[in-house]
Amino acid sequence: MIKILKYSFSDLMRSRWSYAYFLFYFLLGMGLLFLSNDLSKAIITLMNIVLVLTPLIGTVFGVMYFYSAREFTELLLAQPIKRKHIFLGQYLGISSSLSLSLILGLGIPFLIYGIGGSGQSVNFLLLLMAGVFLTFIFVALSVNITLRHENKIKGFGYAILTWLLLAVIYDGLFLIGLLMFNEYPLDSFTLLASVLNPIDLSRILILLKLDISALLGYTGAIFRNFFGTDYGMIVSLGVLCMWVIVPVGLLLRTAKKKDF
Amino acid sequence: MKRYKVLFFVFQLLVCTTVHANVLDICSTCENKQIGKAISLANAHDTLLVQKGVYKEFALSIDKPLTLLGVGNPTIDAEGKGEIISVTSDSVNIIGFIIKNVGISHTRDLSAVHLYKVDYFNLIDNQLENVFFGFLIEKSHHGLISNNKVQGEGKKEFFSGNGIHLWHCSDVIVEKNHLSGLRDGIYFEFVDESKVRNNVSIGNIRYGLHFMFSNNDTYSNNRFENNGAGVAVMFSKFVNMNDNLFIKNWGPASYGLLLKEIYDSEIVNNRFQENTIGINIDGSSRIHYKNNDFIRNGWAVKVTGGCYTNKFEYNNFISNAFDVSYNSNLNDNLFINNYWSNYTGYDINKDSFGDIPFRPVNLFSYVVNQTPETIILLRSLFVDILNFSEKVSPAFTPDNLVDEAPLMKKIQW
Repeated sequence: MIKILKYSFSDLMRSRWSYAYFLFYFLLGMGLLFLSNDLSKAIITLMNIVLVLTPLIGTVFGVMYFYSAREFTELLLAQPIKRKHIFLGQYLGISSSLSLSLILGLGIPFLIYGIGGSGQSVNFLLLLMAGVFLTFIFVALSVNITLRHENKIKGFGYAILTWLLLAVIYDGLFLIGLLMFNEYPLDSFTLLASVLNPIDLSRILILLKLDISALLGYTGAIFRNFFGTDYGMIVSLGVLCMWVIVPVGLLLRTAKKKDF
Repeated sequence: MKRYKVLFFVFQLLVCTTVHANVLDICSTCENKQIGKAISLANAHDTLLVQKGVYKEFALSIDKPLTLLGVGNPTIDAEGKGEIISVTSDSVNIIGFIIKNVGISHTRDLSAVHLYKVDYFNLIDNQLENVFFGFLIEKSHHGLISNNKVQGEGKKEFFSGNGIHLWHCSDVIVEKNHLSGLRDGIYFEFVDESKVRNNVSIGNIRYGLHFMFSNNDTYSNNRFENNGAGVAVMFSKFVNMNDNLFIKNWGPASYGLLLKEIYDSEIVNNRFQENTIGINIDGSSRIHYKNNDFIRNGWAVKVTGGCYTNKFEYNNFISNAFDVSYNSNLNDNLFINNYWSNYTGYDINKDSFGDIPFRPVNLFSYVVNQTPETIILLRSLFVDILNFSEKVSPAFTPDNLVDEAPLMKKIQW
């Protein structure tokens, strides 16, 4: 498995896309930090971008890689290697190379800017952690979709739809739900709905750590009471981990049964 | 006739010599070693010259017109035993003291300097340290409170008092004072025709400035920073607030300025920066807002209800999360010729006013007002899309709430 991971990792690391992805974050980080000169503001803007882009890139990359590496996968399947190892290796290869691009792309500008001394380093690490989690989650989801659909167009369509669903439509439905039931106490519903979606969960985890959390007022207080405690932190980390583990489990099950 | 004049002059001369004010020295080696004794010995209109040193005294009662003049900042230390100076006579001056360690009481308003029914007073150049109430002034008129420094060590609202507390007063000037660590920095109740200027009120537990039922007052060039809940002004008329700074009043229950039931007032040339809510307006009408800067606030202006014929013109709204928030569809306030950093219009005829109107209330702020829980979707992609589509074709936000001619460039003054 490690060998396959190494192979797909180095394969991706050499590809132009990884460099482009790295360069994008690098320039973005540099530009934001040195033009705005306000760390908190820069982190908020970065958060907006990371929360939309990492899932999208994860989805697109996962789909692209698995479709294009299909022949290689078939070749590997002919060897005496466990299926589990092949797919897990490839999955981890993609996710970790994307995560590395993200971490280096944002980390280097922040290190140059000198984040170590400021109080924002925790927030920044939280942002990176959220980005890495989202990459792992959305790559897993997209690989699931590619395995179930031989048709590339269909696979792409479903993958993009999944991203759209979690990044945009979910919030829309959430908002409509809140508006429709605003006569009722909504605290626990709000909490539950935002914990279930990994993108919302990451956004709130980061927002609560920033200055801007004061805007959240009474609702923010409820959230802080939950996420501020060890219990809440464990729950939210647990949910993020579940979002990785469940799709990966599904992926392995599908891979095992699938007739190539 | 001339003789009478001469006689009158001689008479005046006699009067002057008999009423001539004496100067009493007080120091550790003088005849008078204690301030309290010297006060009881002094005649009306005498000057007590208090030399440098520490005087462990409290409950000093001044019941005749006197001037207490500190030389080299003498210290009066009450060691937490209670009220320090209490004045009940007109024409009293207290200048140049360090007064410290007032005790805390839950039944009495203990203060460093307490004035009751005093006309013509001057409280200048004093430093009040570790006080419960600083200057507690009741039913007094025509005074000057200038260049004092009042410091409390309050941690909780109910264990602390106010810095400069005026009740039923008029014609008082409060200027160049520095207030910190108190419950309210400056507190006015039923205070008319007074001026508050060039004060600094920082890090107080509740309000930097708090006034109620105080009409015809002017507040200018003050700085209110990092106070627990900002500045609150209520139930007053004909108030002028100009050139003040409201900075960093940041927290879930904070605002730069809370206006409640304020009428016929002017709010000009102030700067509201990094407050959770810049101005929270509740039931306030006929107020003129001009040349104010609203910079990086959560909500620049939050209008909660019953506000009519207010006029906002030539203000700068820069990088606020929400520029204006409204809780109803009705609008009777005028927004015109302001600069909005969120404005994306154009100016073809180059008259420096944008050609398309600006709508300062975005859909999300309207939604948040309806259902506060939705604030949790702040900064999500869906909300950005929502605001954009509402901007393109408004459907929910108040129809006539527009700035018809927004400025293209930030106003400088």
